[in-house]
Amino acid sequence: MIKDRTAIAGIGQTEFAKSLDRSEKRLALEAIKHALDDAGIEPSEVDGLASYTLETTEEAEIARNLGLGDITFFSQVGYGGGAGCGVVGHAAMAVATGQCNVAVAWRSRKRGAAASRPWSQVAARVRGQHQWTRPFGLLRPVDEIAMLARRYFHEFGGSREELASVAIAARHHANRNPGAMMHTKSLTLEQYLEARWICEPLCLYDNCLESDGAGAVVITSTERARDGAKPPVLIHSFAQSIPQQHQVMTNYFGDDPLLGPSWVCAARLWGNADATPNDVQVAQLYDAFSPLVPLSLEGYGFCKRGDGLGFCADGNLELGGLLPTNTSGGGMSEAYVHGFNLIVEAARQIRGESCSQVEGAEVSLVTSGEGVPTSALLFTKDKR
Amino acid sequence: MIEGLILPDVEDAEAAMFWVGCAVGELRVQACVACGRRRMPPRTMCPWCGSFEVRWDVMSGRGHVWSVVVPHPPLLPAYGDQAPYNVVIVTLDDDPSIRFVGNVIADGGAALNSLDPHTVHIDDPVEAVFSQVADDVWLPQWRPVM
Repeated sequence: MIKDRTAIAGIGQTEFAKSLDRSEKRLALEAIKHALDDAGIEPSEVDGLASYTLETTEEAEIARNLGLGDITFFSQVGYGGGAGCGVVGHAAMAVATGQCNVAVAWRSRKRGAAASRPWSQVAARVRGQHQWTRPFGLLRPVDEIAMLARRYFHEFGGSREELASVAIAARHHANRNPGAMMHTKSLTLEQYLEARWICEPLCLYDNCLESDGAGAVVITSTERARDGAKPPVLIHSFAQSIPQQHQVMTNYFGDDPLLGPSWVCAARLWGNADATPNDVQVAQLYDAFSPLVPLSLEGYGFCKRGDGLGFCADGNLELGGLLPTNTSGGGMSEAYVHGFNLIVEAARQIRGESCSQVEGAEVSLVTSGEGVPTSALLFTKDKR
Repeated sequence: MIEGLILPDVEDAEAAMFWVGCAVGELRVQACVACGRRRMPPRTMCPWCGSFEVRWDVMSGRGHVWSVVVPHPPLLPAYGDQAPYNVVIVTLDDDPSIRFVGNVIADGGAALNSLDPHTVHIDDPVEAVFSQVADDVWLPQWRPVM
């Protein structure tokens, strides 16, 4: 097991905005440089790289520009927003198994880049899974998640007023984070209920932001991280999952569509950890769309099936609640970079550096996309 | 016929027999010859018994709405022009393990917005109809059962 053998030694990100005029490569390089500076580690010491298959910045280009050392490990993880924690986890496994000593994981995204928005690429004729959905006008990820939201309301009860609590909690956190795109914008229940529909039952505020920006983290052995500039954030547990018979984004062809990939991921994550959900003090739950948050709360064991939405509506995602969640503002109110900002924020919470800091946080969960092959990480504080 | 719809490649070997069925007014579901289990979407191989042999069972076309959504723009123009419209997931009465995505419309060939989308609800009974949308493509759709 890789438990506690590796750590996040440095974190970095660019500013986030609707449109930045630098290239994705430039943004990636800036974020990685920030993370290495933060760690106090020289670029020449980096010998591992991990990224998303969606990433357009190639490893060799990243290495040549930053002046990295000889790279002896590089990998990519697929499935869009499901990849994030997997990218960091692969780097951690590579360090733990001696394939490299210092790895960098990153995500750089510009919303204008076609590769970031697969749904907008129109082929005249489609094969594979899209032939069963796209011809009928089920076109966008939000349409697919709306199907699950409607069914959730039907099976377990719940209302839009309750669902609004996910977006509103994220906005409250963003209002404390000067780096969040929605830092100065309020969001009330009234605004939520009056917003335009995107796909009923989901409205504008049930969707993540469209953002340009990049994030990066430096992963190395816990021993090496202890010599760094910042206290190590231990990578205590890591998991990925593709459940049996899972179909990406259209899991409603399966037996129980409201049981997403998070359930299988959670079993591995907790199985490899000393901690349980009760020990987690702060969470970053992937929030491309608000229904993913209650579904993830159930999958990762914070409440029973069908209770996730009520858990949100009871104020538990807010600072002072049972599980402050998406404390930088998350994908809905800080920035949407396929969940990489959630990983950076999860590490910040262990270091005590969040703008919505949970006092004494020692166990911090971050998850990647629910509804697609996914991944999760559990960070803990170094007790040494 | 509407220009700009996203259409299936009906020559894709894995699913071709499904689309041939639609053209002759049959709702077909792939099943394994060896173990008999049905599966949707179709697969090249049976995940339960390992057989590559497939057959196509003709369903009655009766089903019930499992979930329903109503997309609004921004959408591709061919769909945005018809929005808001309903999109449903239908569970088949013949085999509740099988679900399809489609639209509840007034009748075969009708527009996606031919019914008020807010009149479509979970558990509504529906039956399959077929809409020709290109020279070689008929889409399986659904109409209300009164």
